[in-house]
Amino acid sequence: MLAEDKHWSNRLFNTANYSLLILIALITIIPFVYIVAVSFATPEEVAQGGLLLFPSKFTLGAYKYIFSTDTMVRSILISIYVTVLGTFINLILTSFTAYPLAKATLRGRRTLLLMVLVSMLFSGGLIPTYFVVKAFGIIDTYWSLMVPTAISAFNLIVLKNFFQQIPDSLEDSAKIDGCNDLGVLFRIVLPLSMPAMATFGLFYAVGHWNSFFNAVMYINDAEKFPVQVILRQIVLLSQDQIGDTTSQQDPTDYLPQTIRMASIVVATVPIVLVYPFLQKHFAKGVLLGSVKG
Amino acid sequence: MKGQHAARLQLRHKYLFFKESLFVRDIVRDRWLYFILFPGILYFVIFKYVPMFGLVMAFEDYQPHLGFMNSSWVGLKHFERFFTEPQFWILFRNTILLAIYNLVFFFPLPIVLALMLNEVRNKIFKRFAQTLLYLPHFVSWVVAVGIFYVLFTTEGGIVNELIHRIGIEKIPFLLSEDWFRTMIVSQSIWKEAGWGTIIFLAALSGVDLQLYEASRIDGAGRWRQLWHITLPAIRSTIVILFILRLGTFLDTGFEHIFLMLNSMNREVGEVFDTYVYMKGLTQGQYSYSAAVGLFKSMVGLVLVLGSNWMAKKLGEEGIY
Repeated sequence: MLAEDKHWSNRLFNTANYSLLILIALITIIPFVYIVAVSFATPEEVAQGGLLLFPSKFTLGAYKYIFSTDTMVRSILISIYVTVLGTFINLILTSFTAYPLAKATLRGRRTLLLMVLVSMLFSGGLIPTYFVVKAFGIIDTYWSLMVPTAISAFNLIVLKNFFQQIPDSLEDSAKIDGCNDLGVLFRIVLPLSMPAMATFGLFYAVGHWNSFFNAVMYINDAEKFPVQVILRQIVLLSQDQIGDTTSQQDPTDYLPQTIRMASIVVATVPIVLVYPFLQKHFAKGVLLGSVKG
Repeated sequence: MKGQHAARLQLRHKYLFFKESLFVRDIVRDRWLYFILFPGILYFVIFKYVPMFGLVMAFEDYQPHLGFMNSSWVGLKHFERFFTEPQFWILFRNTILLAIYNLVFFFPLPIVLALMLNEVRNKIFKRFAQTLLYLPHFVSWVVAVGIFYVLFTTEGGIVNELIHRIGIEKIPFLLSEDWFRTMIVSQSIWKEAGWGTIIFLAALSGVDLQLYEASRIDGAGRWRQLWHITLPAIRSTIVILFILRLGTFLDTGFEHIFLMLNSMNREVGEVFDTYVYMKGLTQGQYSYSAAVGLFKSMVGLVLVLGSNWMAKKLGEEGIY
């Protein structure tokens, strides 16, 4: 370590830098901590007000209430279903489309790539897309949450670039052993691309779980709302009566505040669970290749 | 008899030529590739290109039961209506102001944050800070806006409770026109500023460490190093991201704004995208809203191509 590092101006620089970063990190994270704390707190403690970061008495009342209502449980199950099946569709279609486009000798490749690129630059927009989905007859079905977003053009091109980096010699040797193109894809290319597929899978899955607006557009039947739509109703539109009115439990037992926060926690927990994996792969997802064709 | 034979021979030649032509040979060779390519291409045609052609409805009085082909053609009627309505200028002002706010207040923050993280020598601290700063990016806008709602509401929100305790009157952050843009920009900062550092940190990791050593021997302190080595090293990244940002200038974040809109702040909060949704899908003015959407898409396209052209002019690689 050089002597300059111990100079007072450097120490001041470091102290200021570290303290500011700690402050910023706290601003980022305290809202989460506060919301988790309130969701577990008793209504009495919440009523006292103040910045509650650790409840003195834990209670699962708000969660018990949420999970006693049909609405929230159903919407969570719907979101899990759409996320799992939707991500599966995403990965199959994206890799099946990316692999042929990675072949330099494929006839029509440039035209097809241009087609993908143009779709990133210009879109028909909300209204015409809505009518196409409607013409398909999938309005008010879960397919409307999965099929119209089946392939992300950006992910497709990044995956195509990734496939191109796989050495041709590997694929050629498999072909000499009698594999056709499908065999090469399933036995060589996809196994080699597992980290990339995992990354895209995570990003697609988070997208499905967080997706809100497609459901607002395509789902009218309240019984088919995914979790984000229900969350909006509870938190933003203040529809405290999330359960049916015949529910045995009296909602006034708990302050709506604790229920609202518990709903936020429930809708966020899956993201936090996969977050370590997301973080591990994030740089690849962001920096993997450019969008060049 | 002889003529027939010659004709048959010619046909056979044609067939052989066809069979041997490179084009057909390649198609046959790649048949499995085309087979798996087909569903993906079909997806792009149906969900990306059919809607583009569906935009003809912006020039029609579209009736859902008549379809795109049979609805009556009205030319530029909807565009004329849109451009002469006072609503146009309100949307224009709201969109532009939000975009400028974002550019001024949001854009510099990831750069500053990346520079700060880059100065951290302690690896564990750095990773820990990054982990916390990236997290909000992955929560949905419903959750992010929801968190702000429960914190800032006048009915028991912690921020207003604290304000109230020090003797100031409660502020209706979520229901006022004055606070709308501030709330939108602070939410964007809270959710995305940390994530935005990634691209700058990547650029910073490419800086030659010998430069720092040399400058230290010349007696440069941390500030001078920052100013003369670090900043110039990421200048081109900053420039290109700024230009590309101009390309998506009009995309003010549809879900985000949609979630923040309510009857109290619609006057300052309504932007082109939310207006299209409201007029089209909730009020059923399909053709009119498709026209508004087309206008926005066209301006967006010009901006993206323009900014990309500018980036290339400056010697950077464009995105497309």
